Amino acid sequence: MNAVYILWKREIIRYFRSRARIVGSLGQPLLFLIALGFGLGPVFQRAGQGNYFEFLGPGVVSMGILFTGIFAGIQIIWDRQFGFLKETLVAPVSRFEIMLGKALGGATVAFMQGVFVFVLTLLLGVRISSLAFLPIALVSMFLIALFFTALGIAIASLFEDMQGFQLVMNFVVQPTFFLSGALFPLSGVPKFLQLIASFDPLSYGVDAVRGAVTGQSHFGMGIDITVLVVLTFTVLAIGSYLFSKIEI
Amino acid sequence: MDPDKNIIDVRDLVKNFKGFTAVDSINFEVKRGDIFAFLGPNGAGKTTTIKMLTTLLGPSSGTIFLNGIDVVKEAEKARKSFGIVFQDPSLDDELTAYENMEFHAILYGIGKTTRTERIKELLNYVELWERRKDLVKTFSGGMKRRLEIARGLLHHPKILFLDEPTSGLDPQTRNHIWDYIKKLNSSEKITVFFTTHYIEEADRYAKDIAIMDHGKIVTKDTPENLKKKTNSKDLEAAFLRLTGTTIRDEEASGIDRLRMRSRVWGGRR
Repeated sequence: MNAVYILWKREIIRYFRSRARIVGSLGQPLLFLIALGFGLGPVFQRAGQGNYFEFLGPGVVSMGILFTGIFAGIQIIWDRQFGFLKETLVAPVSRFEIMLGKALGGATVAFMQGVFVFVLTLLLGVRISSLAFLPIALVSMFLIALFFTALGIAIASLFEDMQGFQLVMNFVVQPTFFLSGALFPLSGVPKFLQLIASFDPLSYGVDAVRGAVTGQSHFGMGIDITVLVVLTFTVLAIGSYLFSKIEI
Repeated sequence: MDPDKNIIDVRDLVKNFKGFTAVDSINFEVKRGDIFAFLGPNGAGKTTTIKMLTTLLGPSSGTIFLNGIDVVKEAEKARKSFGIVFQDPSLDDELTAYENMEFHAILYGIGKTTRTERIKELLNYVELWERRKDLVKTFSGGMKRRLEIARGLLHHPKILFLDEPTSGLDPQTRNHIWDYIKKLNSSEKITVFFTTHYIEEADRYAKDIAIMDHGKIVTKDTPENLKKKTNSKDLEAAFLRLTGTTIRDEEASGIDRLRMRSRVWGGRR
């Protein structure tokens, strides 16, 4: 377990050491909040859907976690390139411990990034409907973080270099975000879009956070959390299998 | 097989990749306490062999014993008995020298008190104690190598693998690094297994040499005997006589391509 701890700690040290990265990755969520939140807010209101900014807030929080998490996982490719992964793989610890330490470290980093975006949405005017639900929001955020970090590791285990990274961004990460209901309510959209969204893991993450913050969820928070837990364990298992197959 | 005499014992080792045989049934042993040079042109199969010796790659067939431990069957146990300095730097640039050492020590399960003492001892040994709080990215190539050697020694290994430990370094730094290695070999009785393209290093420091080419061991002997056998004035001439003068073209792997791209980008993560 010491190995898991030190791998986790490495991610945390590196995260806090690169303050530019922390501030930099707040830029995109801020843009979404301002442009879409304030830009589309009035239309949303006129359509009788209520406060769009409060609706969008949890979606943007989830987006921040998604991007940071996937990226933290994908960084294994960099570790591989810069040789550090070899140092880890010749150590007398199991591949599973290495994968777990990295996943937990990356997830913690993505979670913290999510908390920063969350604070940002609060500063810009999102109000939490009930403080009692705050822990549920935080747990959901951590599950989203762990899921996508593990997914990033699984994907990274399949690639030898960054050639495929753009592919992953365009065909996995972007669709996952845009089709998740982070930006629009899933009730009332065409059936095919609803169907796609119901296969998108992030839909459940967004819905859980939104349910905890605004008190309104699409699938129901019980289902959201259950789906998130099951998916997270599944992708952790797949990730550690693929990671165990890496040859340097 | 006698682990007291031969600390490395390789029998009928084979590694097949899709369509070709990188290592073709090689046999060799390394005596305990030896400084052993493993030479060969690019693409001869040296790196593949080292990867198998250090558990990073599973052999297609054959056996490897390190310090009496079966590397294939007891990989985790075998890993404790060797230290390795890879061909390419394997430090975390964003961590300090001390943090890199600590990371390694914890991965190898070294307890806190021993850890603190041993890190201090080794950083002093490679003259980096004063720089322990600096990020590794501020280090020169020679300093990074010294730190890697110190790190490879943290867990008291019996064997130290050095894959081209001095490539890309100036003669001053190379001599300096060899001073450490020789001192280690004599004072701590560590067996040193190294590869290099600087054939004169093998001539100067190795007690025994194996030359590999086209996946096979071409010859094994002392530097003196190799020169005598081939009637050469120096080891480089002997090496060329044994392996020919044709240039070997290696196909770039994905990692090589990535490395090149990172050079274009300036090596930043």
